Amino acid sequence: MSIRMVTAIAAGKLAGTASRAFGRGGGTALPGVVAEKVEPRLVERLAAQLGHGSIIVTGTNGKTTTAHMLSSIAAKAGYRPLHNRSGSNLMRGVATALLDNAGLLGRLSDAERRLGVFEVDEATLPEAVRAIKPRVLLFTNLFRDQLDRYGEVDSIAARWRSTLEAAPESTMAVLNADDPSVAALRESARGPVIFYGVDDRSAALAGPEHAADSRWCAGCGSEYVYDTLFYGHVGHWRCPGCEKTRPQPDVSATSIRLEPGGDTTLSVATPQGETSLSLRLSGLYNAYNALAALAGGLALGFDVETVRAGIEAVDAAFGRQERFEIDGRRVQVFLGKNPAGLNQVLRTIAAVPGEKRLLLLLNDDIADGRDVSWIWDADFELLADGAASTIVSGRRAEDMALRLKYAGFPADLPVVRGTDEALALALRETPPGEQLFVLPTYTAMLEVRGLLAKRGGAAPYWEAPS
Amino acid sequence: MNLSIRLAHLYPKLMNLYGDRGNIICLRHRCRARGIELTVDELDLGDRLDPQAYDLIFIGGGQDREQRRIVRDLIDVKGEAIRQAVEEGVAALAVCGGYQLFARYYRPAVGEDLPGLGIFDAHTEHPGENVARCIGNVVAEWEGGTLAGFENHGGRTYLGGGARPLATVRTGYGNNGVDKTEGAVYKNAHGTYLHGSLLPKNPRFADHVLRLALRLRHGDVELAPIDDALEDAAHAAAIRVAGR
Repeated sequence: MSIRMVTAIAAGKLAGTASRAFGRGGGTALPGVVAEKVEPRLVERLAAQLGHGSIIVTGTNGKTTTAHMLSSIAAKAGYRPLHNRSGSNLMRGVATALLDNAGLLGRLSDAERRLGVFEVDEATLPEAVRAIKPRVLLFTNLFRDQLDRYGEVDSIAARWRSTLEAAPESTMAVLNADDPSVAALRESARGPVIFYGVDDRSAALAGPEHAADSRWCAGCGSEYVYDTLFYGHVGHWRCPGCEKTRPQPDVSATSIRLEPGGDTTLSVATPQGETSLSLRLSGLYNAYNALAALAGGLALGFDVETVRAGIEAVDAAFGRQERFEIDGRRVQVFLGKNPAGLNQVLRTIAAVPGEKRLLLLLNDDIADGRDVSWIWDADFELLADGAASTIVSGRRAEDMALRLKYAGFPADLPVVRGTDEALALALRETPPGEQLFVLPTYTAMLEVRGLLAKRGGAAPYWEAPS
Repeated sequence: MNLSIRLAHLYPKLMNLYGDRGNIICLRHRCRARGIELTVDELDLGDRLDPQAYDLIFIGGGQDREQRRIVRDLIDVKGEAIRQAVEEGVAALAVCGGYQLFARYYRPAVGEDLPGLGIFDAHTEHPGENVARCIGNVVAEWEGGTLAGFENHGGRTYLGGGARPLATVRTGYGNNGVDKTEGAVYKNAHGTYLHGSLLPKNPRFADHVLRLALRLRHGDVELAPIDDALEDAAHAAAIRVAGR
């Protein structure tokens, strides 16, 4: 082990301890930043020690929940998953996760039982794949997201293609058959490909949404035709201009039952036969996350029974439908950070019977995207009629209040400055026994989660059991 | 008197990048509040535009790919009619990529020039893939007040003598980050880089556009004041964050 490596690890660990001691958050990124400054090949050197290799999950929406499920599958199989948790998905987050599990001499603990499960930001993917050399590369979907940060959707797709073209032939690709821009990656994959998707047409939308991005064939430019549209541009697509059509998924949901606000059950056809999944998560988007995890688990070589048990053991991931119990009120946090993802959240909440109590938090930090224009592409109209109480907060609360006014909410919604005050008011507006839906952007989610924890709801995320 | 506006929304699916449809939602709201009947026709690829039929033309922004998809249709199928309409005083609002295509041409970092309609005497050049994009909150002074929004564009637009700027940049880049101009005006047509969405939180500018749209068939119309407390608050908040 090189002196540089040892110094890098010591420096990174010290930074993490200091960050936590001074209450500067979870230390989920800083140790990685510090250690990578000292040894740029830190991730590569540590990841090489993972006894069972690793899987990388990327895409616009669903990364955290899918990776969470894969981690659970690995644990069920008797592996020790090494997982960058809590959405810290840039290189420094991956580096920090590895550091946390390495000794001072640069050896991973329990290395031979380790499987790396890394969720990676869609723009960070090329760098992560070079360093981690994953066995499996899983893509969820591609939507516009924080264009001020990621650039346009086309440039992300181009990066993904070149990443797959540069990966070794042994790398397996797991692709969403129903998202045409993800399915198209099969042409760039040099190794085996596994498709997942939804065959049950009863889950279809009645009409198109505004938040669709890949509407035109990347090959010939024709507009895709959809026999069935599930959300955004995800569905049973075909190109009228060239031969391209949705591939038949290897892992496909033959029936989906969405219990409003409750569990989701799926029948799934797999290469290892039919199985069923019962999820403690709601919404079609979580059915897709489970299908992705199932296909990823099979790609890693686990048997379908282990995969099923692993997925079913998963509860909500960090801020994604996470539940809290505060003074007899049920509080559920639904992260929403781009139009396609938020539309899925809005549909899921709208399906819950009865009047809704809502707290919406809009921030414009770098991690949220500085540009809040995207809220105009999300269909808040879905909740306008069913809202008994709506509180708006966050640094761009006025933008959100205005969007809601034009969506048919009352024009005089309370705009509350501080997150703590907004949460307190929203809880007061929620009678005991009733449910409060909290819809934050990313940094607002971190904040509101911390406040819910302080009120006795849950442990802060860096203390969450792994 | 029954007031009505007929709006041509150009390529609503292709040219809607940063919530540009919020502008349409806003116009609907402000018209409904005044009893003005607003009809929106969505014109896609292949649809012709009747230059006599419309009071207002709107086009939003798009990625490079979408701009390339529409440019031939915009020039060959609709171009002459749009130019004629603007010459006759029809109001127009073109945002970001749409603004660039309403000017003379767009010169990308690589590849051939994209021709434009030439309604604005202006052209756009991309300074190269390695040059930072113009991204951030914008505050600009317009003759009717302050405009607040968000810009995100790689190309830099330079005005010629035949176009005047829509506004003067106070915070942000505007047309090119150098000469403090933002947007362009020719007759009743307006081009701008401001997303946000622009009209909801700039209610005075939204009403300005509505007045111009009404003028052709109804003359100068006094728009009844409506409750803009929330609009003004969002406007003020956008200015506040821009100074951050």
